[in-house]
Amino acid sequence: MATLIIAEHNNLSLSPDTLKTINAAMALSSSVSVLVAGDNCRSVADEVSKVAGVEQVLLANNTVYEHQLAENLSALVVEVAGQQYSHILAPATTFGKNLMPRVAALLDVGQLSDVIQIKSEDTVIRPVYAGNALAEVRSNDPIKVITIRSAAFDLAEIQPEQSAPVSELDIVIANDMAQFVSRQAVESERPELAAARVVVSGGRGLGNSDSFALVEKLADKLGGAIGASRAAVDAGFVSNDLQVGQTGKIVAPELYIAVGISGAIQHLAGMKDSKVIVAINNDPDAPIFQIADYGLVGDLFELLP
Amino acid sequence: MVAIKRVIDPYVKVRVKNDGSGVETNNVKMAMNPFCEIAVEEAVRLKEAGTVEEVVVVSVGETSCQEQLRTALALGADRAIHIEAETGLEPLTVAKVLQSVMEKEQPGLVLMGKQSIDSDNNQVAQMLSALTGRPQGTFASNVTIDGDTVTVTREVDGGLESLQLMLPAIISTDLRLNEPRYASLPNIMKAKKKPMEQLTLADFSVDASRRQEVLNVAPPPERQGGVRVASVSELVDKLKNEAKVI
Repeated sequence: MATLIIAEHNNLSLSPDTLKTINAAMALSSSVSVLVAGDNCRSVADEVSKVAGVEQVLLANNTVYEHQLAENLSALVVEVAGQQYSHILAPATTFGKNLMPRVAALLDVGQLSDVIQIKSEDTVIRPVYAGNALAEVRSNDPIKVITIRSAAFDLAEIQPEQSAPVSELDIVIANDMAQFVSRQAVESERPELAAARVVVSGGRGLGNSDSFALVEKLADKLGGAIGASRAAVDAGFVSNDLQVGQTGKIVAPELYIAVGISGAIQHLAGMKDSKVIVAINNDPDAPIFQIADYGLVGDLFELLP
Repeated sequence: MVAIKRVIDPYVKVRVKNDGSGVETNNVKMAMNPFCEIAVEEAVRLKEAGTVEEVVVVSVGETSCQEQLRTALALGADRAIHIEAETGLEPLTVAKVLQSVMEKEQPGLVLMGKQSIDSDNNQVAQMLSALTGRPQGTFASNVTIDGDTVTVTREVDGGLESLQLMLPAIISTDLRLNEPRYASLPNIMKAKKKPMEQLTLADFSVDASRRQEVLNVAPPPERQGGVRVASVSELVDKLKNEAKVI
């Protein structure tokens, strides 16, 4: 049997989450095809053809797929999947979370969400209750639809000399029910939060958005990304796409520095798989210290600079 | 139409049962899933703004779900539908039941939370959209109805995205859509008199067979307790020489 991976990309380049999903698929003993659907996205297909483990690239290049909306993209995936694929995978990013349950329902199968380990062809491990329990789940469906938590897997390698065949699909499915209006991206020169080696996060303890500059300065010094707790986002210190936690992004960097973050369950769900956790907080009883490898009790305004 | 779910209170630290069969739910505080509260609030606000005529809340689960339906009625929903079923139905089954309810109720808009904080699946809204062939606006942080379309601002990785969807549409709510109100005592009293239709899973011709088996539930590996350092220089030294991360 074979695995189909739905590539996430911005029509120019492949997302690192897709590389991790391809790597996760290596745990399945099957050949891997990757579907690239978008507009003017030939370069993405070429990029995918050089990823280790990819045997075939399917390219659906048409303006109807430009914004990769779930309504027609799910129909395309179902048409491509046909009877040939036993597994359909995508990263558990907002892209994959939006698309894949729609695909699963069209195929009349269940979905395994946010998988952190593939144990066998039909059994996976996934966190539940905000990561406070790990469930081992077996799917008895004929087709397994799975989203992959990228923080739990390494990047697949790029092999410049490899070139998997790219076949163009001429399936055009229009989307007359949903229309793309606009997109507001948050500009940043820092590394992307989910993929960064170092993350420095700030919480309510910073007091205001000006103090967040302290976090930014530290992140820049370490070449890291910045994150935030929900309290910091709600208070308007930073934009919501920097939120780390159950409802925001899930990260597992080598170094996570939590500044002025108490460590609520929802926040820990997003970062407790980091390799080294440092907590800086003036409250010695903050729950964050229970999981921090290194804790520093004190006033962050004195310690950070 | 708003779909809601009863879950363990989000502030409770869950305990995994020793036999690996699941987490302890006996004598644990239960509540409405926080994302569902936001969906109810949004529906009530749309009604208060005059865009929506009636708000119907639906829940699929054990009899105790009626508590959460009453809460939704106290928050401003007009009537409730309870579908009696065992807890822990798979998302696809719940989506199929909701599909049948939609066929009967013909709602112009369906709101629900983006995920329940127990199973963390984030699937039902998307599955319901697929089954009904309607457009979906997931992870919504703003919803504006304009004639026969709805404009939804979605929270996506890297920023925000706006989509215009044809109604009826299915929208799943993100945390920042609104701040839910508290139910006042008079409204809680009034909610007791609001209609609650009671159905069972058997009233629907839905295939509820399980496709997934939970083999084991285990606590996550515990992190080893760390050390407290006294100064910034000691911290930097440890990070450099012990952890070797900077």
